[in-house]
Amino acid sequence: MTTAITVDDVSKEYRLYHERNQSLKAALMRRARVRYEEFWALRDVSFEVPEGATFAIIGENGSGKSTLLKCMAHILRPEKGRITTAGKISALLELGAGFHPELTGRENIFLNGSILGLSKRQLKQRFDEIVDFAGLEHFIDTPVKNYSSGMYVRLGFSIAINVDPDILLIDEVLAVGDAEFQQKCLEKFDELRTSGKTIVIVSHTLDSIRNLCGTAAWLERGTLRRLGVASDVIDEYLTDSHTDRAADGAYGTRWGSGEGRLEQIELLDVSEQPVKRVCTGDTVVLRFHYKADEAIQKPVFGLAIYTLDGVRVTGPSTRDVGLVPDQLEAGAEGYVDLRIDRLLLLPGTYDISASLHNNAGTHVWDMRHRVLRFDVEFGHPHEEYGFTSLGGNWEGDILDGPR
Amino acid sequence: MTRLAEYAGARELTVNLTLRELRGRYKRSALGWTWSLLNPLSTVIVFSVVFAFFLKIDPPTGHPSGLHSFPMFLLCGLLPFNYLSNGMNGSLDALLANSNLIRKVYFPREVLVVSTVGALLVTFLVELAVLGVILLVLGNMILPWIPMVLALVAIQSVFVLGIGLMLSVLNVYFRDVKHFIAVALQALFYSAPIVYPVRFVEDAASRTSFPLLRVYQLNPLVRFVEAYRAVLYDLRFPSFNDVAYVSVWAVAVLALGLFVFHRLDRRLAEEV
Repeated sequence: MTTAITVDDVSKEYRLYHERNQSLKAALMRRARVRYEEFWALRDVSFEVPEGATFAIIGENGSGKSTLLKCMAHILRPEKGRITTAGKISALLELGAGFHPELTGRENIFLNGSILGLSKRQLKQRFDEIVDFAGLEHFIDTPVKNYSSGMYVRLGFSIAINVDPDILLIDEVLAVGDAEFQQKCLEKFDELRTSGKTIVIVSHTLDSIRNLCGTAAWLERGTLRRLGVASDVIDEYLTDSHTDRAADGAYGTRWGSGEGRLEQIELLDVSEQPVKRVCTGDTVVLRFHYKADEAIQKPVFGLAIYTLDGVRVTGPSTRDVGLVPDQLEAGAEGYVDLRIDRLLLLPGTYDISASLHNNAGTHVWDMRHRVLRFDVEFGHPHEEYGFTSLGGNWEGDILDGPR
Repeated sequence: MTRLAEYAGARELTVNLTLRELRGRYKRSALGWTWSLLNPLSTVIVFSVVFAFFLKIDPPTGHPSGLHSFPMFLLCGLLPFNYLSNGMNGSLDALLANSNLIRKVYFPREVLVVSTVGALLVTFLVELAVLGVILLVLGNMILPWIPMVLALVAIQSVFVLGIGLMLSVLNVYFRDVKHFIAVALQALFYSAPIVYPVRFVEDAASRTSFPLLRVYQLNPLVRFVEAYRAVLYDLRFPSFNDVAYVSVWAVAVLALGLFVFHRLDRRLAEEV
């Protein structure tokens, strides 16, 4: 198999200027030495992308993904090592870079196309296809400064994808335009893939990577952590990044009048040991330690589970099931448990908020927002999309193949 | 070798970026392209009033053309100077103004400077054509001299491009190159026989023991102006010395410009 991109021991250094004095005087006074700190965005990264592969680069923000992609596109030059590429490259880094706002869409197609390396003849041939793909037939003779941002990006994407590259480098632009346009893009990717083009994608959208890519490289702080089959690398990456974040233990706000208090919220495993990580399908217990300094009437224990984006996944309370004691005596102390036989949350990081309030919901004694953070990892059922599994079973005569 | 191949591949891009410069420049202005002619015209009017009328500078009579006109004398020097000065100013911004391109797309970065100078070259040629028509009307039969003028334009373009390459990339790293150039251009304007004839310098040189004329003529701009004026105003061949001198300068400056550019364009995508 031939190699499309060879990344050979590549290191890229950035300069973090402390006191950026871009003046001759300053430079001369320091004898042309500007003070800066070295920052290695990439360190000794080596791998090969075979021709025809769909290759993903994943990693946290600041791990060097985009830097690596720009090095592949020859926009940045590595300090050490070298990157060799076979064939014509098109990089979808920023769509519509180089559009001239005063020029019309038509003029910009020819300008941008030639920046991306197309000849006038090729552009004439592909002109209709580009316009059609972008869906801008009516606006093609309008200056692009009057375009909506969606139109702008669509035109940029359409030109870039019609460059007909041997190697396509894509940085976080999979989510362009409306659903219809996205569908068109995916079809175009598929077309490129089946015609044997090499595609390298940098993205945070792990779902789409899992579907599109065969191989993935995982970068961590500028070094190559793992290289392998995309779904394996992504699973490992997810597991690892959750562990890191759970260790942070970000705790949220707390309010309430304080006559009754929630001393502690615990997530326990099946043997009643506190845990921060669980798997889909595990048996877990959520334990609310309470203490009442004064007598409180009709207390309700409530719970909410949020994603990090703030979506409330679920919010059960003791009132839902009618378990509301008339009164907690002054000095009462103890705990209540929410026992979950089969946790149906899918892999991700979640926050728990807990509250102690009255039955009518008019008075809050203690509200602890985002008091506990925990991670869910792949378990059974092994599902990828969304926040929860429905816990269902697929059935059917044809569905009896080996799993 | 790969660089040469890259340049060949970027030919069309250069043309397109040049057209972008030209098309974008006067978009949405009512007078459009007329501006590129109104600019030198207003300079000529102001300078003619001040230097020819107030200060009574008498231009030499063209030999063998017999032409005697301060505005024509001035234009023959002013237009080449404007080409140089616009080229320098334009190159200063050529990279910075296209930072979005440099950070996102790969292509030989020299193209940006070449297209800037290219657009100015087109403007310069238009201005020269208009000047040529006026000279014809005034009785200067310049048509046979057109090849000679174009040769001078070609040499000057190499010179301007070399300086442009240097300035464009230096200005990315040291932003006050731009301010320095603003000052330098003013001095440069009076350092060449644009508003005054060289005779004045010769007179001054005869009053001092300092080799003033020799030093004065080290300046390539002086030689450029002299050469253009010989052809356009006097209708004779420029001195071989002048042409050889500016040619050597042009090639040397271009070589230096390319050298500096390639030394400094490594980190361009990070610094613009």
